Amino acid sequence: MKDQHLVTLTVNGREHELVLESRRTLADTLRQELGLTGTHLGCEHGICGACTVLLDGEPVRACLVFGVQADGREIRTVEGLADGDELNDLQQAFSRHHGLQCGFCTPGFLMLAEAYLAGGGSADPGEVREVVSANLCRCTGYQGIVEAVTEVAARRREQAAKAHD
Amino acid sequence: MTEQIGRRVPRKEDRRLLAGHARFGADVQFPRMAHVRVVRSPVAHGTVSRIATEAARAQPGVIDVVTAEDLPADLRIPVRLHVEGTDPGERLQPVLASHTVRYVGEPLAVVAAEDAYLAEDAAELVELEIDELPARLDAGSGDDEVVADFGLGYGDVESAFAGAAHVARLEFSVQRHSGVPLEPRALTVDYVPATGGVEIFGATKVPGFNRRVLAQLLDVDESVIHLHAVDAGGGFGVRGEFYPEDFLVPWLARRLRRPVSWVEDRAEHLVAVNHSRQQRHRLEVAAAGDGTILGLRDDVWHDNGAYVRTHGVIVPELTLSMLPGPYRVPAYSGRVRVALTNKTPCGTYRAPGRFEGTAAREQLLDLVAAELGMDRVELRRRNLLTPGELPHTRAMHTLGTELVLDSGDYPRLLDRALDTVDELGWRELVARGRAQGRLLGLGLSLFLEKSGLGPHDTADVEITSTGRVRVHSGGTSLGQGIETVLAQIVADEFGVSVDRVDVVNGDTTLQPFGTGSWASRSTVVAGSAVRGAGRAVALRVRELGAEVLEAAPEDVELADGVVRVRGAATARALDLAEVWLAAQPGSPWLRDGEPAGLSARHRFAVDRMTYPYGAHVCVVEVDPGSGGVTVLRYLVAYEVGRAVNPALVEGQLRGGVAQGVGGALLEEFRYDESGQPQCTTFMDYLMPTASEVPAVEIVLCEDAPATTNPLGARGAGEGGLTGAGAAVASAVSDAIGRPAMTGLPLDPGSVLAALGTVTGPAAASADGIP
Repeated sequence: MKDQHLVTLTVNGREHELVLESRRTLADTLRQELGLTGTHLGCEHGICGACTVLLDGEPVRACLVFGVQADGREIRTVEGLADGDELNDLQQAFSRHHGLQCGFCTPGFLMLAEAYLAGGGSADPGEVREVVSANLCRCTGYQGIVEAVTEVAARRREQAAKAHD
Repeated sequence: MTEQIGRRVPRKEDRRLLAGHARFGADVQFPRMAHVRVVRSPVAHGTVSRIATEAARAQPGVIDVVTAEDLPADLRIPVRLHVEGTDPGERLQPVLASHTVRYVGEPLAVVAAEDAYLAEDAAELVELEIDELPARLDAGSGDDEVVADFGLGYGDVESAFAGAAHVARLEFSVQRHSGVPLEPRALTVDYVPATGGVEIFGATKVPGFNRRVLAQLLDVDESVIHLHAVDAGGGFGVRGEFYPEDFLVPWLARRLRRPVSWVEDRAEHLVAVNHSRQQRHRLEVAAAGDGTILGLRDDVWHDNGAYVRTHGVIVPELTLSMLPGPYRVPAYSGRVRVALTNKTPCGTYRAPGRFEGTAAREQLLDLVAAELGMDRVELRRRNLLTPGELPHTRAMHTLGTELVLDSGDYPRLLDRALDTVDELGWRELVARGRAQGRLLGLGLSLFLEKSGLGPHDTADVEITSTGRVRVHSGGTSLGQGIETVLAQIVADEFGVSVDRVDVVNGDTTLQPFGTGSWASRSTVVAGSAVRGAGRAVALRVRELGAEVLEAAPEDVELADGVVRVRGAATARALDLAEVWLAAQPGSPWLRDGEPAGLSARHRFAVDRMTYPYGAHVCVVEVDPGSGGVTVLRYLVAYEVGRAVNPALVEGQLRGGVAQGVGGALLEEFRYDESGQPQCTTFMDYLMPTASEVPAVEIVLCEDAPATTNPLGARGAGEGGLTGAGAAVASAVSDAIGRPAMTGLPLDPGSVLAALGTVTGPAAASADGIP
């Protein structure tokens, strides 16, 4: 007997009504019910962070959250970062700094960094390194990731300061 | 258009990966797809008396449950890389175990269900009755099943040792660890009713070989098996080899006549995918009083786990053949015994055989320097082969090729590395730390790599309707950026940017003769094939363009993607789309019998490998209380011959260092005394995070172009890792005032044990570094 629930998820600004089994993870919900396969599963036990998405703006491991727990909440995934064909500043910085190779961990790092930046994250490379050590990358040695996030943090702070003036 | 080769061109792969629009194996989904879960042995060694599947079959949503009884008899996965004179005999891995299980994680049954959750539920209900047998867990314990025992070497080793002023001996062990890519394995297979064939998504490395093996095991023609190109979340040697699942999933798709998906979970991955690295070395070096190496011996035990998989015994062969490294070693003798144990079977992990051998040899050299009271840099410099001694032939074979070290300048590379270390002030950094009573050490390793393995690769290049350049290469995209590199190589043949080039790697229908991406070979071998095919198409474009322009072929040029009469800038010019049109059937420019289209296939063949080389230097700090090691600084100097894309080469080296730091300090597959794996999560198998990996300085050298290929390129996939265990060990031993360490990983326990009798800050290094 399946334990099913009708839930409403808002994903990247779009509302979806879904019937979900209670045990279905948010990651599987996004990937299989909604076809948003940009969210990747690297360990399914909350360590690697490849499945990181924003739930009401906070980074969560989508493998450790059930889909039903996201009922009525806002979810942001990697597919929501670009503006049409135009990659956002963080995505562009990752490419410029060679912050990705196989790209499997990349969506998780992008979402983790987006949350950090949205919270006014500092452009101190040491602090950025500490923050991104929440997730695992097996290809890059992290250097390009740290450089990309640091650069965008500096730019966004500059822009925020200008907007404030 | 400026030349694309040599430029830091942004990667073509990045956009789809950053946007979340890439397509990895598990992203490929079909309607009515069945989901598979593998039932694995829970014991290390045992006799299977019964596998009861009734309860699993009775579950709602379960489609099928399969055991070895359902398969064709005695299916075993063949070896891909043979070592002459060895025979794995009965120890090739079966697709499903029947009577005996030999490691925890060995596949015993497969459940197919309507949903992955249901498949996992049902798999739990498959009842296994297994009578446990004693597990063999250590190689060289005296009770060994030795599956291969062979030696490599040259020169008169006995005399070298008999006449030596000094002999240094070291036992050095390397722990079991592996590639562990971030994406677990995944296979999606669609069934083609009309042909009985299969469309396979997710096997990335050697698709041509895998297709051949699958065709043989299924007893079908290769043409009905189509392996597609997908993105892959890191390879590192382990992904894409032919594993039991590579038979089971396509076989099930045919049996069920519907699409089938299998996605490995991480716990499975850590017991199912190839392990690597576990070796114990007993080394001896004979040296003259001035440190000149006279002879080298090594006796290696290689723990290969429960079966011989597709790599055969190539990893220990590489250890032996590459052990002398970049040095002048007049006499050498290496022996290896490959032992089977009741642990996960082994294969290659990036820099296979060389990470282990380099760590052992370089620690031996540190030891002999200490014993002779010599500077460890001076000892190395004295023994490095000089440019005048190259090419240098060692009377050995490796990977079926003659071992001929091609061009190079090893001493110059060492100088460049050390000059940079001086500029960065690392010696002073260590001296300052020591003056404060901290345990800091500087480590150095030199290494020889190999790359560009043949014997051949094939590429097709064609011009498409909008004048784009399309490449069908035999390489595969594992995240290394080979799409971009191949695009750069072919772009220069037409004078276009990489934006005008599309590269498809590893599709067995588009490129049936591809030989895959491994062994740091694709830039060299696939790249040379792409260049050849591009050159042939460019010639055809010029010839056909000349006809349309009513000029002699020698009077036209192809530049910026346009054919025009040379020196006549105002004259009529044809872009690639127009030339394509002129090559279509019915075109007045196409002669009778002349094939339509603008395409060419080229096979690049090469007998020998090209040998890159490099140095690793690092600074570490040891915490005397905990035994913890922190890597503070890291430098890699690497000779790449010619960097097609320097940014990607640097990325390869940096990523290699991260894995090397993991292998030196953190990563280990441990087992308990009954053979139960202890590292089946990322809480137990510790891969480095950004906090453990330092920024890496790169000295990228293009001082010695390779002579084995037209690009002059040497491969770059592995050199970031090869010297890492050695350099970190060297730095730790320097920090704690020991002449050499005796093994990896340098985890807190082993460092504390080595610290043992040391009190207070380490004594100053004998060699004056710093």
